[in-house]
Parts: sequence; structure tokens; C-alpha cells
Amino acid sequence: MLDAFAQFFRDLAADAPRWNFIFFYSEKQAGMVLSGLWMTIQLAAACLLFSVAIGIAGAAMQGAHSRLLRALVAGYIQFFRNTPPFVQLLFFYFALGRLTPTYSPDGWLEVPIVSNVGWAIISLSFFAGAFNVEIFRAGVEAVPKSTQEAAHSLGFTRLQTYRYIVLPLALRVSIPALNNNLVNLVKTTTQAFVIAVPELLYESITIWNDYPSAQNPMMLVLFVIYLALVGLVVMGMNRWERAMRIPGYGG
Amino acid sequence: MNGNGWTPDRPIVSLKDVHKSFGSLQVLKGISLDVMKGEVVCIIGPSGSGKSTLIRCINALNDIQQGSITVEGQEVHDPKLDKLALRKKVGMVFQQYNLFPHKTALQNVMMAPLLVLKRNREEVERRARALLAKVRLQGKEDSYPGELSGGQQQRVAIARSLAMNPGVMLFDEVTAALDPETVKEVLVTIKELAGEGMTCILVTHEMGFARELADRIYFTDKGVIVEHGPPATFFDRAKDPRTREFLSQIL
Ligand SMILES: Nc1ncnc2c1ncn2[C@@H]1O[C@H](COP(=O)(O)OP(=O)(O)O)[C@@H](O)[C@H]1O
Ligand SMILES: [Mg+2]
Repeated sequence: MLDAFAQFFRDLAADAPRWNFIFFYSEKQAGMVLSGLWMTIQLAAACLLFSVAIGIAGAAMQGAHSRLLRALVAGYIQFFRNTPPFVQLLFFYFALGRLTPTYSPDGWLEVPIVSNVGWAIISLSFFAGAFNVEIFRAGVEAVPKSTQEAAHSLGFTRLQTYRYIVLPLALRVSIPALNNNLVNLVKTTTQAFVIAVPELLYESITIWNDYPSAQNPMMLVLFVIYLALVGLVVMGMNRWERAMRIPGYGG
Repeated sequence: MNGNGWTPDRPIVSLKDVHKSFGSLQVLKGISLDVMKGEVVCIIGPSGSGKSTLIRCINALNDIQQGSITVEGQEVHDPKLDKLALRKKVGMVFQQYNLFPHKTALQNVMMAPLLVLKRNREEVERRARALLAKVRLQGKEDSYPGELSGGQQQRVAIARSLAMNPGVMLFDEVTAALDPETVKEVLVTIKELAGEGMTCILVTHEMGFARELADRIYFTDKGVIVEHGPPATFFDRAKDPRTREFLSQIL
């Protein structure tokens, strides 16, 4: 059965030289696609998590008393929102990567403590995080002052008010915008390609460099997989939105 | 009972020459009033005369520029004040209820005792259920604020304040946003509270209620107390022409 499947694509590649679905009959390329996909998933999941954490922390800092703290966050947003993520990746990896210490596991090779994957996660998280700060800030601003005053008058500290009242309400308001940004983030992980992170795009290009006949099929694979990944994210977010819905509240 | 040596023969709430401005707008221009434990005091006056501001200063939601406010002998506007200690003593109910929309009625009542007083959950829940029963909301424990009528929400808000066991309750036009039919259910609740000896300071436009329940009535206009006295004297033998004019409009 599987043999017939592989044979079909082997024959197809022979008959139609532009449609070499090499990953369907060659284990090596199949492995490359899968490991690229796995890297993309890990990259996206890590960046999703960190960028949301950055967004929450940043929005909280924007409400802080300290003017310095607020200016710092504002500067961060300006930088990461207004420069290309592609350039940010290069900057993190080549400029900052050179400054970080290295270690030597075998006494020969010098390995930087932050790998290119590490830099991609850091860089992309800060990139998406900058948008998330703005998204959460808008959410926080939508929480009525009077609701917060009620919490204060019950003796809640500022932190408790933020954690138990402001944040849960702000999150609900933020979900649609967050949804968009996280979809963008999943797509932007492809740019980690530029610092040789072996994610899906990187592996795909490697395959079609070795086998130009596999270029069309690889592009097809890229489209199909990203459609599926983004679809998953959107589905998850919609499910979350539904779970967070408060009876009798909002739309 | 209390580190300040406060005893119940002294006013539980005392304002002396309180001045408050928002920027250049002078809202309170020398307010003095004393409330003894167990007293019910009503504040009436035209819209914009500073009633809300006055009541908000008592639990430090607003700061003051001059004068002094003490609650159980503790200076409210002492910069070293532990606001938490103050807010344990003073409960506040707002015109717009200001419930936490993402929490059920029961959770609204339980939150502050759990988070602020760090009480044990079972005990808090038992008391919260008892308080909701007291304000006649048995069976509504698991409803969200958005599923309750205005009058029901306001009674949850009262129960939520009572859960902190305050020595004084502040009510800021708590029936002003309600349908005429539901005003009564909230007034009944407040009346029961007053009957149990709770110290209450109410801003209200319900003159019948004030006449029946208040020990004293204060009339404010343009940031000063024009006149005050027990209801009988106040309503029937007001001296100041401003009071008489206000009463003639409202009665
Ligand atoms: N936070 C604020 N900032 C600026 N002005 C305010 C603020 N709160 C109240 N005021 C002003 O103070 C005056 C008194 O308001 P308020 O105490 O709410 O009156 P009342 O409750 O008697 O209607 C009004 O002129 C109002 O516009
Ligand atoms: Mg008011």
C-alpha cells in the first residue's frame, strides 16, 4: 500500500519533471520536511508564549508610576514595531550573538550559549510582543476605571486589581486583535530562515536547491502546511474566546 | 480594639474643614461633619455640588488638599496611611454597582475576603452565601452580573461590601440608576442594615427614605454644607433659602 503510494510519486517525477514530490518516496527528504515542520511548530509555540507574556508585562509597565519605565516600554514598541523583523533577526544573531559568551563542550568547538534557534525565539518574541503590548494596552484601557475603584475600595492592592480584575477583562477585549497578531507571528517564523534556523521554509529551500524538480511540490507543501498551522491557531483562539465568554456580558 | 485609642463615644467618621479641588476647580470648600457609630446620615444636594467627591474622600479614592478626615480615629489622608486598613473599615457602594462582570454573584462576594483578608475558603463561602441570602438573592449565587437586574446587582454589591465586615458603609446614590420598581428592594436592604446598627453615610435623592431613616441630614451646595439637622427640622423648618428652594423642587 505504502509502497504503491511511493511508487506512484516516483513514476510521476519521471513523467513530469516539474512535479517531483521527492518527500513522498525518499526517506531523507520526508525527514527534512517533518523536522522542519517540528521546528516551525516549536518556534511558533515558544514565540507565542513569550510574546504574550511580554505583552502582558509591557502593558502593566505602561500603567506604572515610573516615567522611566513607561518611556522604556514606549521606546521598545517604537523600535520593534517600526523596523522589519527580518533585520531584527539579523541584528540579534549577528550583532548581539557576537557579544554573548561561548562555551566549549568538547574542548575544541566554541558554541555560543544562545543558538540561532534561541536568537530567533528572542527576536520574534520581542517583535510580536511589541504589538501585543499595544493590543493589551487597548484592552486595559477598555476596563472601566469604576470597576477598578470598586476593587480598590475593597482593599485590593494595585497588583491584585491588575491580576484579578483588569487583566481578565482586558484579555477578553484583546482576543480578536491578539488573534491577528498571533497569525502574523506564525507566518513570520519563516523569516528565521535568514539566520539558518532549520524550520520548514529553510528545509524546503534546501530540498529544492538539491532537487530543482521538487520546487513546485515544496511550495505546495509550504502553502498547505501554513494554511493548516494558521487554521489551528485561529481555531484555538476561537475556542478560547468562547470559553472566556461571560454570560450576559458584552456582545 | 484599635491602635489609635478610638472609642465608640467619639465620632467614627469625622471631617474637619475639608477642601478638595480638581485642578483649579474647587469642589469641596471646607466641609465639616461628624458621624457617630450606628448613625445614619444622609447627604443631599444638587447635582455637581460635590456629594460624590465628599464620600469618595472618606475612603481615600480621592485625596484632599486641606483639612482632615478620620475614620475610627485614623487619619485617612496621612501619607503613611495603610490604605488597606482603612478600606477594611469602610465599605462603599456605587451608583453603577461596579460588580466584577467576569465573576458570579457568589465569587464577587467572596473575592475580597479571600484575597485581602486571606480568610479560609470554606468559611468565606459560608458567609458569602449567608450574605446573599440576607439581601434576598438566594438562588442567584451562580449568576453573572450581566444576568441580574439592576436592583439585584446593587444588592450583590452591598453583600460584597458587607463581606469585609466594615464599620461604616458609604452609599453614593445607589438607587439612582435603578428602575422605580427595583429601588424599593435596595432601600429595604439598606433599611435592614441600618436597623442592625450599621453606620451609614448615604448620598441620596430618595427624600422619603431620608426622612424615615436618617438621624441627620446634610444639605450641600457648591462645595459647602448649607444646613443640617434631624429630618423633622430639616424638611419642615429649613432656614436657608437655598435649602428651601432645593426642597421645593424635589418634593
Ligand atoms: N475626577 C474629577 N476630575 C475633575 N473634576 C471632577 C472629578 N470628579 C468630579 N469632578 C467635578 O467636581 C464637581 C463635583 O462632582 P461630584 O462630587 O460628582 O458632584 P455630585 O456627586 O454632587 O453630583 C463637578 O463639577 C465635577 O465635574
Ligand atoms: Mg454624584
